[in-house]
Amino acid sequence: MKAALRHIDFQRGFQMKHATEAIVVGLAAFAALLAVAFAQDELFQAHMTILTLVLGVSTIVLMRRVKFGNAYAVPGNGDSSKYMDGVIRYGVIATAFWGIAGFLIGVIAASQLAWPHLNFEPWFNFSRLRPLHTSAVIFAFGGNALIATSLYVVQRTSRATLFGGNLAWFVFWGYQLFIVMAATGYLLGITQGKEYAEPEWYVDLWLTIVWVAYLIVFLGTIVKRKEPHIYVANWFFLSFIVTIAMLHVVNNLAIPVSFLGTKSYSAFSGVQDALTQWWYGHNAVGFFLTAGFLGMMYYFIPKQAERPVYSYRLSIVHFWGLIFLYIWAGPHHLHYTALPDWAQTLGMVFSIMLWMPSWGGMINGLMTLSGAWDKLRTDPILRMLVISVAFYGMSTFEGPMMSIKAVNSLSHYTDWTIGHVHSGALGWNGMISFGALYYLVPKLWNRERLYSLRLVNWHFWLATLGIVVYAAVMWVSGIMQGLMWREYDADGYLVYSFVESSQAMHPYYILRTVGGLLYLAGALIMAYNIYMTIRGKIRKEASMGAEAPVAATA
Amino acid sequence: MSILAKHTKLEKNASLLLVFSFLAVTVGGIVEIAPLFYLENTIEKVKGTRPYSPLELAGRNIYIREGCYVCHSQMIRPFRDEVERYGHYSLAAESQYDHPFQWGSKRTGPDLARVGGRYSNEWHTAHLKDPRSVVPESIMPPYSFLAENELRIEDVEAHLTANRMVGVPYTDEMLENAEADLAAQADPNADTSGVKERYPKAVLGDFDGDPLRLTEMDALVAYLQMLGTLVDFSAYEPEQNLR
Repeated sequence: MKAALRHIDFQRGFQMKHATEAIVVGLAAFAALLAVAFAQDELFQAHMTILTLVLGVSTIVLMRRVKFGNAYAVPGNGDSSKYMDGVIRYGVIATAFWGIAGFLIGVIAASQLAWPHLNFEPWFNFSRLRPLHTSAVIFAFGGNALIATSLYVVQRTSRATLFGGNLAWFVFWGYQLFIVMAATGYLLGITQGKEYAEPEWYVDLWLTIVWVAYLIVFLGTIVKRKEPHIYVANWFFLSFIVTIAMLHVVNNLAIPVSFLGTKSYSAFSGVQDALTQWWYGHNAVGFFLTAGFLGMMYYFIPKQAERPVYSYRLSIVHFWGLIFLYIWAGPHHLHYTALPDWAQTLGMVFSIMLWMPSWGGMINGLMTLSGAWDKLRTDPILRMLVISVAFYGMSTFEGPMMSIKAVNSLSHYTDWTIGHVHSGALGWNGMISFGALYYLVPKLWNRERLYSLRLVNWHFWLATLGIVVYAAVMWVSGIMQGLMWREYDADGYLVYSFVESSQAMHPYYILRTVGGLLYLAGALIMAYNIYMTIRGKIRKEASMGAEAPVAATA
Repeated sequence: MSILAKHTKLEKNASLLLVFSFLAVTVGGIVEIAPLFYLENTIEKVKGTRPYSPLELAGRNIYIREGCYVCHSQMIRPFRDEVERYGHYSLAAESQYDHPFQWGSKRTGPDLARVGGRYSNEWHTAHLKDPRSVVPESIMPPYSFLAENELRIEDVEAHLTANRMVGVPYTDEMLENAEADLAAQADPNADTSGVKERYPKAVLGDFDGDPLRLTEMDALVAYLQMLGTLVDFSAYEPEQNLR
């Protein structure tokens, strides 16, 4: 009864605040409209028109007090937990949605490389879709997964509700607005031209505000914890949030041409800009895609396996080793360029050293299964989490290897790099996020279990097969490309023109698209499974361990 | 007290954990990036580099807008095959006025660091409009709309001013003449002595095959045609620039 009352209070409080929020968002929509009127260039005008529409619709939604019933309300005995989970439910749905969007754009971009007539200028050319794909999977899918899981984990491990109340909602919706502005900007051609940091200055400023709010919510929740210790997952989440703030602010320093225009010029130039960018770019991998996701691993693997983390000491050593060493590795993206040699060598040495703390995480994750390995046979969710750690181990070995200058001289500029990124992103980040979603959905919507474990198994195999196809194909095409570029004949002439190497890639680009399609198909199955679970359905099916052999009696 | 025991302090104090992890992640960046701004040998002393002319800068902005860097690098590595294929390896000085740099990370298409002067304007225009009309095996997307879009820049001088604020040595004279220089460079009938004087080696004339209109194609081709052409390598001595 008391819990139910609290739930109603919370609802009412939430609704009362809508008035202020509607006014604020409405004013923002008006400001965006003014920006349309006074825009200095056509792109800014188009982008601000989109912003006006988005904010205008949001205002109407807020004024009508629309409740997204299915996603928000939890049937059963009121809110099942004492934690603030509404925003996490939204985060779970957003993660699944952006994941599928990102994979789909990836498949389209891959098809464009295989069949160039699939380019539709100007908005749907490969060169505009590729940043859309990378940002959609890293920042929209990965970012939503990180925000949702970190806010879930920090409440449980601190035994405290989120600090700042509705600030968490601001973080969620603010981040979605960032995604929409970044994505529409790419299609319009609004970009800074720095990889993985493409959004222009005003979108960057907005993300900075949202990120600081995220830090406040997260850190505030840790501060008000009722547990004496800060759980290891939260160290990783915290270092990820802080480091991304630092990287984002420094790498995006720029002077806008006009405060009513899109264009800005980076504060740095040439060689300094290159190293700053790859200090950012590599640590977007290191902190967004590694440290943050390790935080996820440290909660969901022990939970799903029902075993404690293997080694406390190892987690301390590899945490500090990882965050200290990662930041040095950026120059390995600039081997043999005009970057001074000393910086290249330093980057290479630290990249190789980084192998050890990276594997510290893998060992800690895998060994947590000690005594629970049999669960892999019956629990496809755990299987997903474990294979993600296996892919993590593989790509954190491949990375240091590719950072060796001699190897890099072959692999750089080729598809090998693309294959490496995808075994990390699809294998490690994707799989662990899927595992976390499968873990979270029944808990957040108060269901007995997932709609279907068999479908999780289908997802697992489709995704794994997709990654293997993708990575293997990119190894072949990348190494082949690199070798063709440097092939000399007996008379000392280059054997292949560039376009011949490009032509030779055609079959591999088709196969790569197939790999991506398999992965996308798995994600669609997941979406269906999540949808049915939220609706409260349970599929009648044989249990996963049913066909397990029975021990013969001697 | 062992280190592990001391570590429990961090595990119990959120602010300390925040401060220590922030310190741990700042070191690498400071040691690697900061020296690049003051070590004099980071950028070689070479003759010929200059800020972009207004038309080249506009073309460069289109290059960035369309995401050319996604598939084309502008960084030739010092390997025999790359030097033979693309030309002299790239120097840091050649991108010292590039805000942002466009070295790229992937060669789905060939390197463009020295593409300037290799092909005619007609070839570039035809290739950008329909890549497969001149290179049948190409997988590049078409950019025919560039020839239709007029080059519209609200305030050319403001672009140069913003560049000057981040360190590009545009002179007052360059700023004053920005608008006129932009138009003159692509106009075969204009007086281009000023452009030539302010921006040596700038490629002049009509680029897109339509001398009556100033299009985005004009700007992009003007930029492509100057890439890698500024430094005089006959006067460059690599031994003096060992780093």
